[in-house]
Amino acid sequence: MFKMMGNIFKNLVSKPATRMYPFVKREPFENSRGHISGCDIDKCIFCGICQRKCPADAIVVDKAEKSWEIDQFRCVICNACTEACPKKCIISSSTHKTSQYNKDTLKVIQAEKPTEGVGKDA
Amino acid sequence: MSSTTVIPFGPQHPVLPEPLHIKLVMEDENIVEAIPAIGYVHRGLEKLTETKDFTQNVFIVERVCGICSVMHAMAYCQGIEELMNIEIPDRAKFLRVIWAELHRIHSHLLWLGLLADAFGFESLFMQVWRDREKVMDIMEETAGARVVISANTIGGTRRDLSKEQMIKINLTIDEIKKDLEQVESVFLNNYTVKHRLVGRGILTKAEAQELCTVGPMARASGISMDLRTTGYSAYGKLDFEPVIHNDGDNYARTYVRLKEVYQSIDLIKQAIAKIPEGEHVVPVKGNPPKGEVISRVEQPRGEVLYYLRANGTKNLERLRLRTPTFANIPSLMKMLPGSQLADVPLLILTIDPCISCTER
Repeated sequence: MFKMMGNIFKNLVSKPATRMYPFVKREPFENSRGHISGCDIDKCIFCGICQRKCPADAIVVDKAEKSWEIDQFRCVICNACTEACPKKCIISSSTHKTSQYNKDTLKVIQAEKPTEGVGKDA
Repeated sequence: MSSTTVIPFGPQHPVLPEPLHIKLVMEDENIVEAIPAIGYVHRGLEKLTETKDFTQNVFIVERVCGICSVMHAMAYCQGIEELMNIEIPDRAKFLRVIWAELHRIHSHLLWLGLLADAFGFESLFMQVWRDREKVMDIMEETAGARVVISANTIGGTRRDLSKEQMIKINLTIDEIKKDLEQVESVFLNNYTVKHRLVGRGILTKAEAQELCTVGPMARASGISMDLRTTGYSAYGKLDFEPVIHNDGDNYARTYVRLKEVYQSIDLIKQAIAKIPEGEHVVPVKGNPPKGEVISRVEQPRGEVLYYLRANGTKNLERLRLRTPTFANIPSLMKMLPGSQLADVPLLILTIDPCISCTER
């Protein structure tokens, strides 16, 4: 009948196994797939491989307009785009994807300016 | 003659992880008949796989079920590799086995916790799930995500395991084994737990064979059937025996799943000791040729069967999967009549229902 007693005493004297989120946040592991934070638009050659590989159809690449956009609500964070990109310019961050308030502002459209060579958010 | 009432064991129930509807026809407290109705989480994934590339299908097939997702991807990748005649490197086979056995440990620990929760023993439920967190942390550290780990791809695995990671896996599973030994006696020897498990929901060996049960349910009725002994992937080089119990009641199924956690821990240690050096992936070119293939893998719940038909283009013509819970539902319908109403949630939980696998 008292088979769990050793376990119970150990639980009473040791500190709790849960952390006080959101005051204490967990550090993510370095290899974990958190979310796709964007694309280094200066290196992108607009080949469209990431758009073809995405299983959720979340990426739209427009070569004429020189823009790369991702719908964060469709992305399943599989990192197929990151591995397929020939120039390795898709940035994947290891922090977990949090919820957002607005559905339109999640489309990250970055247009490349050929004269200045600097990307800017639309 | 007493009158019959029909009680719905509804789609929402605290004990079920996924929605399943059963109409129980009862006389007083005994069940006379049980009529199932499934279809609450049908997502049409098999049709979706016909519209995507065969390389994108790996991600879709993984998301059929969260608890057994690595084995779904493994079965699909093995099927496509057999169709295209690709030979994957040995290191990739061992890596797949390591991740698959880690997934089996997490699935069985989840089930043990749910079982304890079903008869109200919440502290035991929390103890077991605290150990499960260690397995989830390993999966996040090595493969990138906690539940749907996307480690398999056609031609091998997406990532490799370094020596430090393998040492860390060894240390963690030793800790899990020590913690589990402390709670094992509560599951198997406690008087109140045994009172709820022993002698309920008996499925004899003859009935189990006739109704085609698979997985730990069949092994708990005395049928020695484990698909890993056929030697797919790296299992041919590892040494193990299927865990069997002869009684066929709820206690036998708990015993089989608990001992399988120890068996998986042992398999991981053997795989880490025997893993060869080499590449973890081979490049894949071209489309699958015309043909059809069947691939079978042992999931935590039983045997899953994949039928793939390709016609030379980059889309598959047909993908059909038969999951183990679908094969175990007839045995559930056989076990329910004759039992009491208070035993029903526990009986349904002992088949380890994964309804999202059943209706893709």
